[in-house]
Amino acid sequence: MNENVTIVDCVGETCPVPLVETRKAIRKASPGDIIEVIGTHPASKKEIPMAVKELGLELISIEEEGNMWKIRIKMR
Amino acid sequence: MSKATIIVHSGDMDKLYSALIIGNGALAMGMDASLYFTFWGLMRLKKGGLEKGPLSKMHFLGLGKWMVKRKMKQANVRSLEKMITDFRELGGKIFACDMTMEIMGIQKEDLRQDLITEYAAVGTYIKEAKESDVTLFI
Repeated sequence: MNENVTIVDCVGETCPVPLVETRKAIRKASPGDIIEVIGTHPASKKEIPMAVKELGLELISIEEEGNMWKIRIKMR
Repeated sequence: MSKATIIVHSGDMDKLYSALIIGNGALAMGMDASLYFTFWGLMRLKKGGLEKGPLSKMHFLGLGKWMVKRKMKQANVRSLEKMITDFRELGGKIFACDMTMEIMGIQKEDLRQDLITEYAAVGTYIKEAKESDVTLFI
């Protein structure tokens, strides 16, 4: 089965943009879809997983390289 | 679902940022959110009025605001216009206080009707606030 992956690019964006853009993508996605958020805002790296938990979605991974991070979310 | 209800009483630019950031944050965390615009806050919902508010402190006849706006631009902070559009897009509700409209002689046509969900009075706010887990007066 092909996974439907949406990339949310928040590199250089600050509060609350990464959180808001992630939420927008979640609202548009369907169950099984993958959302990949990339960004540089340090607080959002902690807060997006918090939102994922609140929304009852699956957090697949959090990767970090330098000041960049990538969070993968799976829709339920 | 849990909910945040915020009264936007101030028309100051920095306070409007607080209200919209918190409102958007609540929506992003999966809550419902309502902003209830009254008094000086409602002035910001007049056509062309959103970015017109002074700073709550150190406005210095506009110099302080200019400096803060410059810093915000450097930090890539979103404009109030974008934030309020995001808020609506994420399902946030905006209430306009109809008593303020009467006192200040504001007609619906003077306001950003594209942003406003409902024209309401205190009863609506209390009902919303009663159902809310977070309530703020800004």
